[in-house]
Amino acid sequence: MTAISVAGLVKTFGATRALDELDLTVRSGEVHGFLGPNGAGKSTTIRILLGLLRRDAGQVSVLGGDPWQDAVGLHRRLAYVPGDVNLWPNLSGGEAIDLFGALRGGLDPARRDELLRRFDLDPTKKCRTYSKGNRQKVAIVAAFASDVELLVLDEPTSGLDPLMEAVFREYVSALRDAGRTVLLSSHVMSEVEALCDRVSIIRAGRTVESGTLAELRHLTRTPMTVETERPVDGLADLAGVHAVTVSGPTTRFEVESGTLDPVLTHLARFGVRTLTSTPPTLEELFMRHYGDGSDAVPAERAVPAGTR
Amino acid sequence: MTTFTGTARLTRLALRRDRVKLLVWALAVPGVAALVAQSVAGIYGTEQDRIGYATTSAASVVARAFNGPVSGPSLGSVVTAEAYTMLALLAALLSTFAVVRHTRQNEETGRAELLGSAVVGRHAPLSAALLTTLAANVLSGLLLAGVLIAGELPVAGSLALGAAIAGIGISFAAVAAVTAQISGTARGANGMAAAVVGLAFLLRAAGDAWGDVTVDGMRVVSAWPSWLSPLGWANQVQAFDGNRWWVLALTAGFAALAVGTAFALTSHRDLGSGLLAVRRGPATAPRALLSPVGLAWRLQRGVVLGWAVGVAVMGLSMGSVGDEVGSFVGDNEAASELIAQLGGTDELVDAFLGTMMAMFALAVAGFAVQSVLRLRAEETAGTLEGLLATALSRPRWLLSHLCWAALGTAGLLALAGASTGLGYGLVSGDVPGEVARLTVAGLVQVPAVLALAGLVVVLFGLLPRLAVALSWSVFLLCVLVGQLGALLELPQAVLNLSPFTHLPAVPATDPTATPLVALLVVAVALTGLGLATFRRRDLAIG
Repeated sequence: MTAISVAGLVKTFGATRALDELDLTVRSGEVHGFLGPNGAGKSTTIRILLGLLRRDAGQVSVLGGDPWQDAVGLHRRLAYVPGDVNLWPNLSGGEAIDLFGALRGGLDPARRDELLRRFDLDPTKKCRTYSKGNRQKVAIVAAFASDVELLVLDEPTSGLDPLMEAVFREYVSALRDAGRTVLLSSHVMSEVEALCDRVSIIRAGRTVESGTLAELRHLTRTPMTVETERPVDGLADLAGVHAVTVSGPTTRFEVESGTLDPVLTHLARFGVRTLTSTPPTLEELFMRHYGDGSDAVPAERAVPAGTR
Repeated sequence: MTTFTGTARLTRLALRRDRVKLLVWALAVPGVAALVAQSVAGIYGTEQDRIGYATTSAASVVARAFNGPVSGPSLGSVVTAEAYTMLALLAALLSTFAVVRHTRQNEETGRAELLGSAVVGRHAPLSAALLTTLAANVLSGLLLAGVLIAGELPVAGSLALGAAIAGIGISFAAVAAVTAQISGTARGANGMAAAVVGLAFLLRAAGDAWGDVTVDGMRVVSAWPSWLSPLGWANQVQAFDGNRWWVLALTAGFAALAVGTAFALTSHRDLGSGLLAVRRGPATAPRALLSPVGLAWRLQRGVVLGWAVGVAVMGLSMGSVGDEVGSFVGDNEAASELIAQLGGTDELVDAFLGTMMAMFALAVAGFAVQSVLRLRAEETAGTLEGLLATALSRPRWLLSHLCWAALGTAGLLALAGASTGLGYGLVSGDVPGEVARLTVAGLVQVPAVLALAGLVVVLFGLLPRLAVALSWSVFLLCVLVGQLGALLELPQAVLNLSPFTHLPAVPATDPTATPLVALLVVAVALTGLGLATFRRRDLAIG
C-alpha cells in the first residue's frame, strides 16, 4: 500500500522550474523523511500534495485520490502542519486548535488537553502574542488531536526547543505504532534518523536518493581506521578502496560497500590490533549531495524513488 | 551611538518602501484641489454667485458643520470651503497610516526586531517614520499651493491653504506616533488614530455649527470647540481671507507635544509590546466559531460594526439637517439647478436625500471592497493555506466571506436609510414614514454595491497579486464618476461604466426594477466567474 505516490512531478513558476520530474513514494504506515536544502522544492511538493497548488505535469496520488480533484475528501483523512504556521492574531490558541479540528471533522478533546499539557501551551493567549515555536505547537496539537490516516509535517520542529522536540518525537513514534503514515520534511538530521523508516533526498526539484537509511549508506564509502602490528601495504591496489593514508601503525582509508570482505582478508595479514568503522551519518550523506560536490555519488548511481 | 542613530538610513528605507504610495498621496491632494478649483470657477464664476454662496454657506448650519466656516466671497475662499473636508481627511488619514506602517506594523511583523539588532537607536524607527510623513506632507502642501497658484489664485492664500493642510497631516502623524505606542497592533493603532480624527472632526463641526455669522453675513466666527481641534485650526488660518499664519503655531505646538509624548513612551516600553496589555481569550472555541461562516464573521465583524456606527451617526446628522437644504441652496441658482439635475426633480429636500443615499452607496462600496479583499488578506497572511488543507472547499470558504460582505452591505445601507429617515423624521415630524421611505431608498443602492463587489471577486480570482490595487482603483474611479462626473461633463458612455450611474435617484424618483435586477444579475455573474477562476488557480501566497 502506498499512501503517497508521485512520479515525474513538474511545477513551474514563471521561468523557474521549481519541481523537475520529482518522484516520491510514501508507503502506508511508515514515517518518511523528506530532505532537501532550502529552495529544493519541499514545500512546493507538499502544497501540490494538498491541492493548494496545481501540478504542471506528472502523476500524483494521495491516499488513493487526486489531491487537486478530491481535495476536500482527502483532507478529512489527513492533517497538515505548515512550515510557517500563520494564525489569526485575534483568535486564542485554543480557538484556533478547535477550529482546525472542527474543519477536519472533529478532534478528541481528551487528547487535545493531554497534548496541550505535554507541549506546555497556554491556549488562552491570543495568537498574535505567540512565538514561532508556540504557533507551531498550535498546529501540531491540532494535527495530533485529529484522528487521521496521514500527517503531512513541513519542518514542524524548527521553532521547538529540545524538550518539546523530544515530546514531538514521542508522539510521532506513537503514531507510527498506531499504523499512521507520516511525511516529515525536516532539516534536523538527528530527528530524521531517529524517526524515519525511509527518506527521500531532493535537490533542485529532483529526487536524488530515496530508500532506507541502510540502503542510502550502502551507496556511500565507509571511512575506516585500522591499527596493525606491521605497516600495511598494497591496500590501495584493492578494488573499492580510496584515500589511503598510512602513518606508522595507523592506516586510514575509505571503502565502498560490497568490497569489504577482500579488504579485511588483506588487512588480517598485517596483524590487526583495532579496527574502527564509522558508517556515515545521515548528515554526512546529506552533505555529500549539497557540500562542494566533489565527493558526490554520481547521478546514475542514485536510486530512483519507488524502486526499493 | 545615540538613540537616534540610523534615522537617516531608516528614512531612506521608508521612502524606498513607500515610493509609490507617497507619490500617489502627494498627487492626490493637489489633484482633488485642482478638480474642485476648476468646477468652482465654472459654477461660481461671478462675484455675485460667490456672494450668494458665502451668504448661504455662512447662514447654513449644515454647510458650517460639513464644509467648515466660510471666509468671504473670494474665489479662493469658495474653493477652500468646497475642498476643505476632503483635503483635510485625506491628509489626516494618509499621515496616520504612514506613521503606523513604519512603526507599529514593523514591530508586529518582526521587521523592527531585525532592524533594532543592527546599529539603530531606540528612537530611530519613529523618527524615520515621522520624517518620511513630514516630507510627504510638505511636498503635497507645496504641490497643493502650486496648482492653486497655477489656477491664478492669490499666492499668499494658496500657500496658507497648503501649509494648513500639511499642518493637519503633521498633527495626525504625531497623533499616530502616540497611538502606535499605546496599541500593541497596527490595526489598533490605526483605529485609535482614526477615532481621534473623528473626534477632531466632531469638535470642529460643533464649534462651527454653533459659531456666529459676521455683520456682512459672509463669514463665520467659530465657537470655542473648533479651537480644540487640529482640523479647526486649519480653518482658522482663513486662507484667501485673513491668512492668519500665527494659527499654525498651534499646529506646530500640538505636533511637538504629541511627538514628545510618543518619544517618552518609546523609552518606557519593550519592543513589540504596547502600553495596553493584550487580553486573553477563551481556552476553547465557542460553537459559533466552529464553521467557515462563523470564522468569517469573527474576522469581519469588527469592520462591519465600525462601519455601522459611522453610518448611523452620519445618517442621523444628515437627516436632521435635511429641512435646511431649501434655504441652503435656494438662493443660488446654479447650485439648485445642479442639485435638481443630480436628483432629477425640483423637490430640493428629496433631491438632497437622494444625493445623500448615493453618497452612502459609495461609502458602503468602500466597506464592500474592504470586506471582499479580506479574501486576499487571508491568502497573503498565510492563514488560507492552513484552512484549505482541512476539509474546507474553496467555494465554501469564499462564499462564507462573501455572505458577510453582502449582508453587511445590505445591513449598512438599510441602516444608512433608517438613520437618515429617523433624523429627518424627527425634524419633519413623521418618523415612521420617513424611516420606512428612506430604508427602502437605502436598500435600492445595494445592487450597485454588490456589482462592484462582484468585480473585486473576479480580480481576486484572476489577478490575485494585483487585486488590492486594482479593486481600490476601480472604487476610486466610481467615486470620481459619481462625485465629479456631472461637473466635469464626462460623456455618458464613461458615466455608464460605474454601476452607481444606473441607480434610480430614490426617494426623488420611484425605484424601477429593471436596472436593479440587471445589476444583481451582473453581481451574481461576476461572483460566479470569480469563484470559477479561484477554483482553478494556485494559491498565491505572499
